[in-house]
Amino acid sequence: MTEKQPKSSLEELIDDNLRKVYRQVEDEQVPDRFLELLEKLKQQENTDGT
Amino acid sequence: MGHNTQPPDPRDEIVTHLPALRAFAVSLTRNGSQADDLVQDTIVKAWKNFDKFQPGTNMRAWLFTILRNTFYSAMRKSRREVADVDGALAATLAEKPHHDGRLAMADFEKAFVTLPEEQREALILVGASGFSYEEAAETCGVAVGTIKSRVNGGRARLAELLEIRDDESMELTDAQTVAVVTNSMQPRKGAA
Repeated sequence: MTEKQPKSSLEELIDDNLRKVYRQVEDEQVPDRFLELLEKLKQQENTDGT
Repeated sequence: MGHNTQPPDPRDEIVTHLPALRAFAVSLTRNGSQADDLVQDTIVKAWKNFDKFQPGTNMRAWLFTILRNTFYSAMRKSRREVADVDGALAATLAEKPHHDGRLAMADFEKAFVTLPEEQREALILVGASGFSYEEAAETCGVAVGTIKSRVNGGRARLAELLEIRDDESMELTDAQTVAVVTNSMQPRKGAA
Protein backbone atom coordinates (compact mmCIF):
# COMPACT_ATOMS: atom_id res chain seq x y z
CA MET A 1 0.00 0.00 0.00
CA THR A 2 1.62 3.14 -1.15
CA GLU A 3 0.32 6.39 0.13
CA LYS A 4 1.86 9.03 -2.01
CA GLN A 5 -0.64 11.65 -2.93
CA PRO A 6 0.38 15.18 -3.78
CA LYS A 7 -3.13 16.40 -3.11
CA SER A 8 -5.50 14.54 -0.85
CA SER A 9 -8.49 12.92 -2.50
CA LEU A 10 -10.75 14.96 -0.29
CA GLU A 11 -9.24 18.15 -1.59
CA GLU A 12 -9.52 16.90 -5.10
CA LEU A 13 -13.12 15.91 -4.65
CA ILE A 14 -14.07 19.29 -3.30
CA ASP A 15 -12.16 21.16 -5.96
CA ASP A 16 -13.72 19.01 -8.67
CA ASN A 17 -17.14 19.93 -7.44
CA LEU A 18 -16.23 23.57 -7.15
CA ARG A 19 -15.04 23.58 -10.71
CA LYS A 20 -18.27 21.94 -11.86
CA VAL A 21 -20.40 24.52 -10.11
CA TYR A 22 -18.26 27.28 -11.51
CA ARG A 23 -18.10 25.91 -15.02
CA GLN A 24 -21.85 25.55 -15.28
CA VAL A 25 -22.12 29.29 -15.22
CA GLU A 26 -18.95 29.94 -17.13
CA ASP A 27 -20.17 27.77 -19.99
CA GLU A 28 -23.40 29.68 -20.35
CA GLN A 29 -23.57 32.14 -23.16
CA VAL A 30 -22.86 35.68 -22.06
CA PRO A 31 -26.14 37.60 -22.10
CA ASP A 32 -26.44 40.14 -24.89
CA ARG A 33 -27.08 42.92 -22.42
CA PHE A 34 -23.41 42.91 -21.45
CA LEU A 35 -22.15 43.09 -25.00
CA GLU A 36 -24.62 45.86 -25.70
CA LEU A 37 -23.49 47.68 -22.59
CA LEU A 38 -19.83 47.54 -23.64
CA GLU A 39 -20.79 48.80 -27.06
CA LYS A 40 -22.76 51.64 -25.53
CA LEU A 41 -19.90 52.65 -23.24
CA LYS A 42 -17.59 52.77 -26.19
CA GLN A 43 -19.93 54.88 -28.26
CA GLN A 44 -20.63 57.29 -25.43
CA GLU A 45 -16.96 57.95 -25.15
CA ASN A 46 -16.60 58.64 -28.84
CA THR A 47 -19.36 61.23 -28.77
CA ASP A 48 -18.07 62.83 -25.55
CA GLY A 49 -14.61 63.07 -27.03
CA THR A 50 -12.76 62.15 -23.81
CA MET B 1 5.02 56.05 -34.85
CA GLY B 2 5.11 54.52 -38.24
CA HIS B 3 2.05 52.44 -37.48
CA ASN B 4 -1.02 53.41 -39.36
CA THR B 5 -3.25 50.89 -37.66
CA GLN B 6 -4.79 51.85 -34.36
CA PRO B 7 -3.40 49.94 -31.40
CA PRO B 8 -5.93 47.46 -30.03
CA ASP B 9 -8.06 48.89 -27.26
CA PRO B 10 -7.01 47.05 -24.09
CA ARG B 11 -10.57 47.34 -22.87
CA ASP B 12 -11.64 44.93 -25.55
CA GLU B 13 -10.20 42.26 -23.31
CA ILE B 14 -12.96 42.82 -20.76
CA VAL B 15 -15.42 40.80 -22.81
CA THR B 16 -13.23 37.70 -22.58
CA HIS B 17 -13.55 37.76 -18.78
CA LEU B 18 -17.33 38.02 -18.67
CA PRO B 19 -18.02 34.28 -18.31
CA ALA B 20 -15.64 34.09 -15.35
CA LEU B 21 -17.06 37.26 -13.84
CA ARG B 22 -20.55 35.84 -14.01
CA ALA B 23 -19.45 32.60 -12.42
CA PHE B 24 -17.73 34.48 -9.61
CA ALA B 25 -20.78 36.71 -9.18
CA VAL B 26 -23.10 33.72 -8.90
CA SER B 27 -20.89 32.15 -6.28
CA LEU B 28 -21.00 35.32 -4.21
CA THR B 29 -24.66 36.26 -4.63
CA ARG B 30 -26.10 32.76 -4.94
CA ASN B 31 -28.69 34.25 -7.23
CA GLY B 32 -28.63 34.50 -11.00
CA SER B 33 -30.35 37.81 -11.57
CA GLN B 34 -28.54 39.49 -8.71
CA ALA B 35 -25.33 38.13 -10.15
CA ASP B 36 -25.99 39.67 -13.52
CA ASP B 37 -26.77 43.04 -11.98
CA LEU B 38 -23.48 42.79 -10.16
CA VAL B 39 -21.65 42.00 -13.38
CA GLN B 40 -23.31 44.95 -15.06
CA ASP B 41 -22.18 47.33 -12.32
CA THR B 42 -18.71 45.85 -12.53
CA ILE B 43 -18.46 46.47 -16.26
CA VAL B 44 -19.47 50.10 -15.87
CA LYS B 45 -17.02 50.68 -13.02
CA ALA B 46 -14.21 48.94 -14.81
CA TRP B 47 -14.81 51.01 -17.91
CA LYS B 48 -14.84 54.29 -16.02
CA ASN B 49 -11.78 53.43 -13.98
CA PHE B 50 -9.81 51.78 -16.68
CA ASP B 51 -6.97 54.26 -16.27
CA LYS B 52 -6.33 52.58 -12.90
CA PHE B 53 -5.66 49.25 -14.52
CA GLN B 54 -1.95 48.58 -14.94
CA PRO B 55 -1.24 47.15 -18.36
CA GLY B 56 0.54 43.85 -18.21
CA THR B 57 -1.04 42.84 -14.93
CA ASN B 58 -3.83 40.31 -14.50
CA MET B 59 -7.01 41.89 -15.81
CA ARG B 60 -9.19 39.09 -14.52
CA ALA B 61 -7.94 39.63 -10.98
CA TRP B 62 -8.51 43.36 -11.36
CA LEU B 63 -12.08 42.83 -12.55
CA PHE B 64 -12.76 40.32 -9.78
CA THR B 65 -11.58 42.89 -7.25
CA ILE B 66 -14.02 45.45 -8.58
CA LEU B 67 -16.80 42.88 -8.57
CA ARG B 68 -16.25 41.82 -5.00
CA ASN B 69 -15.91 45.39 -3.74
CA THR B 70 -19.21 46.19 -5.42
CA PHE B 71 -20.78 43.10 -3.92
CA TYR B 72 -19.63 43.82 -0.38
CA SER B 73 -20.68 47.43 -0.39
CA ALA B 74 -24.13 46.47 -1.66
CA MET B 75 -24.33 43.74 0.94
CA ARG B 76 -23.59 46.01 3.84
CA LYS B 77 -26.79 47.81 2.91
CA SER B 78 -28.91 44.67 3.04
CA ARG B 79 -27.36 42.65 5.83
CA ARG B 80 -30.58 41.51 7.37
CA GLU B 81 -31.96 40.08 4.17
CA VAL B 82 -28.81 38.05 3.60
CA ALA B 83 -28.93 36.67 7.12
CA ASP B 84 -32.45 35.36 6.50
CA VAL B 85 -31.34 33.55 3.39
CA ASP B 86 -28.53 31.93 5.31
CA GLY B 87 -30.93 30.78 7.97
CA ALA B 88 -33.29 29.21 5.45
CA LEU B 89 -30.48 27.41 3.72
CA ALA B 90 -28.99 26.17 6.94
CA ALA B 91 -32.36 24.74 7.89
CA THR B 92 -32.62 22.95 4.58
CA LEU B 93 -29.26 21.42 5.08
CA ALA B 94 -30.30 20.00 8.43
CA GLU B 95 -31.61 16.95 6.64
CA LYS B 96 -28.55 14.88 6.01
CA PRO B 97 -27.50 14.01 2.50
CA HIS B 98 -28.14 10.37 1.72
CA HIS B 99 -25.19 8.20 1.00
CA ASP B 100 -25.39 6.06 -2.06
CA GLY B 101 -21.76 6.27 -2.97
CA ARG B 102 -22.20 9.46 -4.89
CA LEU B 103 -22.27 12.98 -3.76
CA ALA B 104 -25.29 14.73 -5.14
CA MET B 105 -24.39 17.97 -6.75
CA ALA B 106 -27.40 19.58 -5.14
CA ASP B 107 -26.07 18.59 -1.75
CA PHE B 108 -22.71 20.04 -2.55
CA GLU B 109 -24.23 23.27 -3.71
CA LYS B 110 -26.42 23.47 -0.64
CA ALA B 111 -23.47 22.96 1.61
CA PHE B 112 -21.40 25.45 -0.30
CA VAL B 113 -23.87 28.29 0.01
CA THR B 114 -23.92 27.99 3.78
CA LEU B 115 -20.25 28.86 4.02
CA PRO B 116 -19.33 32.40 4.97
CA GLU B 117 -18.67 34.62 1.95
CA GLU B 118 -14.98 34.87 2.58
CA GLN B 119 -14.60 31.10 2.47
CA ARG B 120 -16.78 30.83 -0.61
CA GLU B 121 -14.81 33.35 -2.53
CA ALA B 122 -11.46 31.91 -1.47
CA LEU B 123 -12.58 28.45 -2.57
CA ILE B 124 -13.94 29.70 -5.86
CA LEU B 125 -10.86 31.74 -6.64
CA VAL B 126 -8.32 29.09 -5.72
CA GLY B 127 -10.25 25.86 -6.12
CA ALA B 128 -12.35 26.63 -9.17
CA SER B 129 -11.04 29.52 -11.18
CA GLY B 130 -7.37 28.68 -10.93
CA PHE B 131 -6.06 31.77 -9.18
CA SER B 132 -2.82 31.32 -7.31
CA TYR B 133 -2.93 31.98 -3.57
CA GLU B 134 -1.07 35.20 -4.28
CA GLU B 135 -3.57 36.38 -6.88
CA ALA B 136 -6.48 35.47 -4.66
CA ALA B 137 -4.90 37.35 -1.77
CA GLU B 138 -4.46 40.42 -3.89
CA THR B 139 -7.98 40.22 -5.23
CA CYS B 140 -9.41 40.03 -1.73
CA GLY B 141 -6.98 42.51 -0.25
CA VAL B 142 -5.72 40.14 2.43
CA ALA B 143 -2.53 38.24 3.22
CA VAL B 144 -1.67 35.01 1.44
CA GLY B 145 -1.85 33.14 4.74
CA THR B 146 -5.37 34.40 5.26
CA ILE B 147 -6.45 33.02 1.89
CA LYS B 148 -4.84 29.69 2.69
CA SER B 149 -6.63 29.40 5.98
CA ARG B 150 -9.95 30.37 4.38
CA VAL B 151 -9.50 27.73 1.70
CA ASN B 152 -8.59 25.10 4.25
CA GLY B 153 -11.39 26.15 6.56
CA GLY B 154 -13.89 26.06 3.70
CA ARG B 155 -12.79 22.62 2.57
CA ALA B 156 -12.94 21.27 6.08
CA ARG B 157 -16.40 22.68 6.61
CA LEU B 158 -17.66 21.24 3.33
CA ALA B 159 -16.26 17.85 4.19
CA GLU B 160 -18.00 18.03 7.54
CA LEU B 161 -21.35 19.12 6.10
CA LEU B 162 -21.25 16.47 3.43
CA GLU B 163 -19.88 13.85 5.75
CA ILE B 164 -17.14 12.90 3.40
CA ARG B 165 -13.93 11.33 4.47
CA ASP B 166 -10.66 11.39 2.72
CA ASP B 167 -10.81 7.83 1.45
CA GLU B 168 -14.24 7.95 -0.11
CA SER B 169 -14.53 8.75 -3.72
CA MET B 170 -17.68 10.26 -5.02
CA GLU B 171 -18.68 12.01 -8.10
CA LEU B 172 -21.64 13.81 -9.45
CA THR B 173 -23.83 12.59 -12.22
CA ASP B 174 -24.73 14.80 -15.13
CA ALA B 175 -28.41 14.55 -14.40
CA GLN B 176 -27.81 15.91 -10.95
CA THR B 177 -25.72 18.67 -12.37
CA VAL B 178 -28.55 19.73 -14.63
CA ALA B 179 -30.96 19.65 -11.72
CA VAL B 180 -28.76 22.06 -9.85
CA VAL B 181 -28.73 24.52 -12.69
CA THR B 182 -32.45 24.52 -13.07
CA ASN B 183 -33.41 24.92 -9.45
CA SER B 184 -30.33 25.48 -7.44
CA MET B 185 -31.68 28.30 -5.35
CA GLN B 186 -34.92 26.79 -4.19
CA PRO B 187 -34.60 25.50 -0.68
CA ARG B 188 -36.60 22.34 -0.15
CA LYS B 189 -39.53 22.71 2.15
CA GLY B 190 -40.97 20.39 4.70
CA ALA B 191 -38.03 19.48 6.86
CA ALA B 192 -39.74 18.49 10.08
